[in-house]
Amino acid sequence: MNIKNFRSKLFSRAALRGLIAIAIFLVIWEVGARSEQLFGYRFPFLGLVPPPSDVFVSWGGLIGNPSYWQSWYMSFLRVFGGFTAAMIIGIPLGLFMAVNKTFYGMYFPTFEIMRPIPPLAWVPASIIFWPTQELSIAFVTFLGAFYTIVINVLGGARSINKQYLQAAQSMGASQWDIFRRIVLPATLPSIVVGSAVGMGITWEVVVAAEMISGGGSSGGGEGGGLGFFIWSSYVGGSYEQIVVGMISIGIAGYFSSELLRQLGGLLTPWLKTR
Amino acid sequence: MSTVITEQATDTVTEGAIRIEDVVKIYDPDGAAVMAVDHCSIDIPAGEICMIVGPSGCGKTTLLNAIAGFHDITSGSIHLDGELLCGPGQPEAVPGSDRIVVFQNGALFPWKTNLDNIAFGPMMAGKLSKQEIYDKARSMMADAGLSGTENNYPGEVSSGLRRRVEIVRALMNDPKVLLFDEPYRALDSLTKSVMHEALLEIYYRNKVTIFFITHDLEEAIFLGHRLIIMSSRPCKPKKIVEVDIPHPRDYSVLTSQRFREIMNEAKDVVHEEAQKAFDAGEKEG
Ligand SMILES: Nc1ncnc2c1ncn2[C@@H]1O[C@H](COP(=O)(O)OP(=O)(O)O)[C@@H](O)[C@H]1O
Ligand SMILES: [Mg+2]
Repeated sequence: MNIKNFRSKLFSRAALRGLIAIAIFLVIWEVGARSEQLFGYRFPFLGLVPPPSDVFVSWGGLIGNPSYWQSWYMSFLRVFGGFTAAMIIGIPLGLFMAVNKTFYGMYFPTFEIMRPIPPLAWVPASIIFWPTQELSIAFVTFLGAFYTIVINVLGGARSINKQYLQAAQSMGASQWDIFRRIVLPATLPSIVVGSAVGMGITWEVVVAAEMISGGGSSGGGEGGGLGFFIWSSYVGGSYEQIVVGMISIGIAGYFSSELLRQLGGLLTPWLKTR
Repeated sequence: MSTVITEQATDTVTEGAIRIEDVVKIYDPDGAAVMAVDHCSIDIPAGEICMIVGPSGCGKTTLLNAIAGFHDITSGSIHLDGELLCGPGQPEAVPGSDRIVVFQNGALFPWKTNLDNIAFGPMMAGKLSKQEIYDKARSMMADAGLSGTENNYPGEVSSGLRRRVEIVRALMNDPKVLLFDEPYRALDSLTKSVMHEALLEIYYRNKVTIFFITHDLEEAIFLGHRLIIMSSRPCKPKKIVEVDIPHPRDYSVLTSQRFREIMNEAKDVVHEEAQKAFDAGEKEG
C-alpha cells in the first residue's frame, strides 16, 4: 500500500526479530561450515555443509545463467499446471459430493481408498500410463493437490450452518440460488484453505517427481526443473548448488503460498475483520 | 380465552392468525421414539405478540420449525389465516416468506454486507427492481438505527446490531408472522433491554404476528400480549397468562405493580416445569 504502511511493516519489531534470527543462523552456519579451518576440528553435520558465503557466490554465478531460471520456470509450470487442474476438477467434485447423496455414496469409498496412496507411489504407474514424462510429472503433481482440495471442499460444504439454507429457503431462494449464493460462498473459506495446503504439497511432490523421473521430457538439462537441478548438482559434486536449489524451492514455495493467500483474502473479504 | 389485549392487537392487523391444533411431533431416529410435542393446541390472533415460555429441551424449537416448514409433524394441523400449512395429507409445510425465522444463534450470511443481507429476500422474490429494493433496504435500516453499517459485514458489528439487522432482513419480506427462537439468549442484560425496546418500536411500526420463544420470564412479560407456558417435554401449553399491561410499553413497566403480579402468577408454574425437566434430565444421565 502506501510508503508509511510499508515502512512500518518492514521495521516492525517482529520483522526485526526475524531478520536478527536469520543473521544469527547464517553466522552459526558459516562458522560451523568453516570449523575445520578455524578450529582444526570439524563440527558434526555443519562441518560437512558448504558455508553460506560460498553458497551466495555460487548463487551469484547462477543468476545470469538462463538454465538456472529455466529450472524455476519448469517447476513453476508443473506446479501451476497440476495445481490448476486439481482445482478445476477437485472443487466441483467436492461440491457435487456434498450436495448429491447418491453420488457421495457411490464415489466416496473409492476416494477414501485412493487418498492414502502417496502421490509419489504413483510415479512408476504414471510413467507407464502417460505418453510423455512431462505428463506423468504433471499428473503426480495434480494428485498432490487434488485429494486435499476435494476433502476440504467436501468438509466445508457439508458443514454449512443448516440455518443459512433454511433462511434462504424461507426467503424464496431457488435451488440454484441456494447453491450459488449460499453453498458456494459458505464453502469459499474451505476452498482457500484446501488450496493453500494443496499448493504446499504440490511443491513437495514436484521436486521429488523431477528427481525420480530424471527431469522430464528433454531428459534433464533445459527441462529439468528445480528438483532435477538439485539432483544433477549432487551428481556433479557441486554442494553449493544443492543448497542454492534448496533455498530456491523455499523461496518459490513461499511466493506461491503468498500469492494464494492474497487471492484468498480478496475472495473472502468478510474474514479479514475477525 | 382472548381478552381485551389480544383484541386490541387484532384491531389494525388482519393477517397472520396462526391456529395450532392437536399437533404431535415424534422424532424417530433409529426407532428410539422421542416425543417432542404432545397434542398441542394454540390459537394466535393476527398481530399478537405470543410468548412461548418453557424449559430448554421441552420442544419449543420443534414447534417453531413445524410452523416455518423446516420439518414435518406427526399428526395434527397448523393453519395460517385459515390456510393449511401442514396437517393431514401435507405433513410438512412449505417454507415461505410469509413466515420468517429469527434464529437463536443468528443466521445472517457472513459473506454478505448488512445491506446485501437485508436486500436478499426481495431480490429472491424478484417483484421489485434492484433500485427499489436497495432504496427500501436503506430506509428500513435508517428507521432501525442502522445507518452507517450498510457496508459492514455482520462480523464487524456488535451482536446487538446484528440482531437488529436480522429482524430488518426478516421484515423486508413483508411477512405475516415473525418466528423468534430465543434470539436474545446470548446477549447481556443491558443489551437485551435495549433490544427489547427496539423490537417493540419495530413492532409498533410494522404490526405482524410474533411467535417468540424464550425462557426468560421478564422478557416474556415485557414484550408479550400473552404468555404460553409450556410443560416439560413433550411440550403442550400448561398455563396461559394474559399480560394486560397496555402497549405501547417502555422499560418503566418493569417496576410496575402489575408487572410484579404477573411475574408472581407465572413464576411458580415455570419453576415447577423447569424442576421437572431437570429431574427428567438427571434420571436419563
Ligand atoms: N432432529 C432431532 N432428532 C431427534 N430428536 C430431536 C431432534 N431435534 C430435537 N430433538 C429432541 O426433541 C426435544 C425437543 O427439542 P427442541 O424442540 O429443540 O427443544 P427446545 O427448543 O424447547 O429447547 C429434545 O429432547 C431434543 O433432544
Ligand atoms: Mg430451542
